[in-house]
Amino acid sequence: MAKLIAKTPCEGLLPKTIGTVELSEVVIDRAWSVAPFKGQEAAVSEALTKALGVGYPAANRALSKGGARAIWAGAGRALVIGAEMPDLSGLAAVTDQGDGIAAVRIDGAGAEAVLARLVPLDLRAGSFKRGHTARSFVNHMTASVTRLGPTSFEVMVMRSMARTLVHDLTEAATGVAARAV
Amino acid sequence: MRITCPHCGTRDGREFTYQGAAEILNRPDRDADLAVWADYLHNRDNPAGDTRDMWYHNPCGAWVVVDRNTVTHAVQGSTLASEART
Amino acid sequence: MRVAGKGLIDRSRSVPFEFDGERMTGHVGDTLASALLANDVRLIGRSFKYHRPRGILTAGSEEPNALVTIGNGAATDPNVRATTQELFEGLTARSQNRWPSLRFDLLSVNDLVSPFLGAGFYYKTFMWPRSFWEKVYEPFIRHAAGLGALSEESNADHYEKAFAFCDVLVIGAGPAGLMAALTAARAGLDVILADEDSQMGGRLLAETHQVNGMAGADWAAQVVAELAGMDNVRLMTRTTVTGAFDQGTFGALERVSHHRARADGLPRECFWRIVAQRSILCAGALERPIAFPNNDRPGIMTAGAVRAYLNRWGVVGGKEVAIFGNNNDAHQTARDLTAAGVKVTALIDSRADADVSGDFPVYTGAQVVQTAGRLGLDSVTIDQNGKRTKIRADVLGMSGGWNPTVHMTCHMNGRPVWNEAIQSFVPRPDMIPGMTVAGAANGTFSTHGCLSAGAEAANAVAQDLGKKAQKIDLPQAEDAPYRLTPLWAVEGKGRKWLDFQNDVHVKDVRLAAQENFRSVEHMKRYTTQGMATDQGKNSNVSALAVLADATGRGIPETGTTTFRPPYSPVAIAAMGAGGQAAGFAPQRFTTSHDASTERGAPMIEAGLWYRPSYFPRAGETHWRQSCDREVNMVREAVGICDVSTLGKIDIQGPDAAEFLDFVYANTFGTLKVGKVRYGLMLREDGHVMDDGTTARLGENHYVMTTTTAAAGLVMSHLDFVAQALRPDLDVQIVSVTEQWAQFAVAGPKSRDLLNGVLDAAIDDDTMPYMGCAAVGVSGVEGRLFRISFSGEHAYEVAVPSRYGESLYRLLLAQAEMLGGGPYGMEALNVLRIEKGFITHAEIHGRTTAFDIGMDRMVSQKKDCIGNALSRRPGLIDEDREQLVGLKPNGASKQLTAGAHLFNPGDKAERVNDQGYVTSVCYSPTLGTMLGLGFLKGGRARIGQTVRLVDHLRGVETLCEVCDPVFFDPEGGRLRG
Repeated sequence: MAKLIAKTPCEGLLPKTIGTVELSEVVIDRAWSVAPFKGQEAAVSEALTKALGVGYPAANRALSKGGARAIWAGAGRALVIGAEMPDLSGLAAVTDQGDGIAAVRIDGAGAEAVLARLVPLDLRAGSFKRGHTARSFVNHMTASVTRLGPTSFEVMVMRSMARTLVHDLTEAATGVAARAV
Repeated sequence: MRITCPHCGTRDGREFTYQGAAEILNRPDRDADLAVWADYLHNRDNPAGDTRDMWYHNPCGAWVVVDRNTVTHAVQGSTLASEART
Repeated sequence: MRVAGKGLIDRSRSVPFEFDGERMTGHVGDTLASALLANDVRLIGRSFKYHRPRGILTAGSEEPNALVTIGNGAATDPNVRATTQELFEGLTARSQNRWPSLRFDLLSVNDLVSPFLGAGFYYKTFMWPRSFWEKVYEPFIRHAAGLGALSEESNADHYEKAFAFCDVLVIGAGPAGLMAALTAARAGLDVILADEDSQMGGRLLAETHQVNGMAGADWAAQVVAELAGMDNVRLMTRTTVTGAFDQGTFGALERVSHHRARADGLPRECFWRIVAQRSILCAGALERPIAFPNNDRPGIMTAGAVRAYLNRWGVVGGKEVAIFGNNNDAHQTARDLTAAGVKVTALIDSRADADVSGDFPVYTGAQVVQTAGRLGLDSVTIDQNGKRTKIRADVLGMSGGWNPTVHMTCHMNGRPVWNEAIQSFVPRPDMIPGMTVAGAANGTFSTHGCLSAGAEAANAVAQDLGKKAQKIDLPQAEDAPYRLTPLWAVEGKGRKWLDFQNDVHVKDVRLAAQENFRSVEHMKRYTTQGMATDQGKNSNVSALAVLADATGRGIPETGTTTFRPPYSPVAIAAMGAGGQAAGFAPQRFTTSHDASTERGAPMIEAGLWYRPSYFPRAGETHWRQSCDREVNMVREAVGICDVSTLGKIDIQGPDAAEFLDFVYANTFGTLKVGKVRYGLMLREDGHVMDDGTTARLGENHYVMTTTTAAAGLVMSHLDFVAQALRPDLDVQIVSVTEQWAQFAVAGPKSRDLLNGVLDAAIDDDTMPYMGCAAVGVSGVEGRLFRISFSGEHAYEVAVPSRYGESLYRLLLAQAEMLGGGPYGMEALNVLRIEKGFITHAEIHGRTTAFDIGMDRMVSQKKDCIGNALSRRPGLIDEDREQLVGLKPNGASKQLTAGAHLFNPGDKAERVNDQGYVTSVCYSPTLGTMLGLGFLKGGRARIGQTVRLVDHLRGVETLCEVCDPVFFDPEGGRLRG
């Protein structure tokens, strides 16, 4: 029987370097949306911590430990990225999302300037620190924006919009790079 | 225009979609008089001053009740719709 | 001409440029205006209405006259102010609004017939015949009156938009702004300092005053250098803050590359949205002209501009300069010129008691009553105590006083207040929440006053934001008092211009008052005063004063000036930056996109998605051939279609069933696990919102599908119901549209095909009609639903999206072995019309469950959204337009969507309208065109004949009214 071949959302589109900025795909293998049922947030956090080392994140925060991550993903929901999801039945709605997301890293001195052209958020280092995440827009797309480091960010959009994400980031990075000349 | 999402903080107005007066929270009983239903659904004040209305924060999926003033454009407060019903 | 030893330009570097085809040279640091003056060009353009010769009036962005066109072809930029355009090598500029040439302009005939062209001329003259307006009058006026022309080519330039945040935004980098920014930055605030000029310093660059014992420009450079070294400061030159908006949001236009030749990737402009907790407006002041006869000749400029050209750019627009003013500041121009060795032929001060002396002839208590010179000024005539004297001058600097630049403070509906001492408007406090105004913009005109006000404003902001106030050593600077006696208009023969850009003069304003347009708002509209692109920056206050005089009122009683954003014009391209081509909206691509385009499928937009229309095969030359073949293929063998674009929503929780029963009109609590049900969703007003199928995957777990078009709407609606109406329910909702790649496998051979792909074979027992199950798809965990939108035995198979493309290609290969293949949107549409299945063409927002024959689905055993109002008498009236099928039965066999239906004997007029057609197709299965539509009382009229008329396309035909299910009404094929 034929075997199905997997393809990542940004396959063939990334990586690329524009000026001081490097765009690369973050390959997500397994990920789930975890939405605790009423009154179960603490129990969910405990179960996650036990299994993955990261708990259920507070609003606008992203946790990471080893390969596991828990990123706040909107009202009452987190995106958990990791190897294995513990059994949360009765505690939370757990939904596979590992194929629904295109994730891109933006690294380099100009990263914040590139995102300032697309994201209507206060991304200044003092207000948006490492471990902070936000649900916002990247140009016209709803997106999740997370700071990974002083000059590193991660942006997630719907998988079907991967090309538009790469297009918009490329346009913004080109404008930023051209100013430096 | 900037609006506060109780989850996300103060954000650019472009992240929100407006959806009419907060009276929509007070849904009548199924068997209420049709006039009550029509009032609930269609009849609205048009205040020059303080108003409460529904906004959807698209990126995070929260429905927010926003208190604001139509004359000064001041945004006075925000409450999650899930906690706003009286 | 250049003046030796003056100016901040770099004389060692020459910059060649072109004006009206003539090659010229300027220097680094020049604007186009200063370079033209250096090349003895005084005549720059023709005026808007009367085609009067005009030159340069000012030295800044308020310039009304010196508008030119820069560049050629698609790169043409019309209406650029020569006073702000920086010179660069290769710049080409052209004058505007003249034909055939600037010096000889045929339409200057307008000026000769000007007595007939005064204010209100168009309103009075071009009244009738009415048909002439569009064909004759408007084209004539548009040709005669105008500014620069667009290239009409697509704009190839790149524009940018960006967001910035700060604690305090300082607008304007003159003495007040620099001091404010420095104080705020030292206090530890995040500061953005924006200035429209290429160099920060504001008026300090144009004056000879010393600051702290050094040249003002040097002091400014020193402060800018300190600010540039601080991490908490962002300096934005060439950036005009254009508007103040709600909650501390400002618009700002950065001109990124207008000062240089085009370069790859470099944006022309960037439109910033700046969000600031506080703002300090230090926008300075603008000088106003005096309205004396023929005060518009090239060579006549504001006195402050004459001084700026001398001190900053080392140029004077002629050899002999006269100065005319009503205030002390004008005297400085005469002193600076004399000190630089330029001949000043007269200083004319309208005040008899003016205290002035210098190395130039002084005329106090005198006024300029006339000027001469055809294409540029030769001389002025003055009147001193009734004695007329003609004085030679090719430059006249005039000053009626200075108006604080209060524009930004008016952007949120505030009105400034009249200040008697400076005879102008100043801001009131808190016109813009969080904004303080400092320096000349607040009516403080001395350098010392500006420095001190800037520092104080910043310290107040710092304390307000929880920082310590800074002790400031104020630099030494001039603190001369500003004195003036108002002089708005000088009587005499000839027009006394107020609004140079819109050609409005004193008589126009008086005429407005005489014709009872006495309110400033009416006068403005009647005369067009202040309605040009400069918003009357030089002229509004003077025009108001003239109106006050004409109506016998004081100025503050007459009205105020107000201003709207933008402060100076902003190109639409900058505001819509990023919206060109692919930037207009996100594009959503399915995983099968490449496989479809490889087969030559034309893609059509479905919302943001791209979906294949049809899959042409060799020999097919028309879409109908492909479509008919694909329909037959599905009916006879098997077809594959990507349906991933449909919304998929995961619903889980102890109250999931109750939630679904509340959002759907029909019942889902009774659905068995492993089964799928069609669901109808209403709006609260009883009309249909959307439809789709929902599967029960577990006791507390459902997956809902929505139409492609309504996916986002349904998602926010479900969020609304869960959060706002039923927060009592314990349910979680999340979109999984993107997680799954889902394909319809439709046709009598669909099961055979799937059994070659699935890990375990299926049959009617394991996968009955409307069943669903988790399945292995070639080793991958997937989902299978036995549902049909074609009326055939059909399935939808889903796998995680990473495998979507691979599965699609596999399904196509398998289908082709069975005589099948892919089908597109056209065939999908035909298949559903043959079966009478509805789409948003039918549930378009004004139809009810009753109209589409589904009223019995609205369960009365429970409440649901739309339940109460769906039973309104008006929504279940038997005479409503109801869904029917239509088949042509007359001579013409054509049906069109959008056509209206009439009784055969009636005239095809609105009053006789019986309904309309929503969807049509040619059915290869039945060999005829088919239509779906809505007909008054339609369900009772099956078998009758109606007349279809499409007035737009000129189509008319007779139709038989049918049941909307044309094909296989018993549904045997679905279940078979």
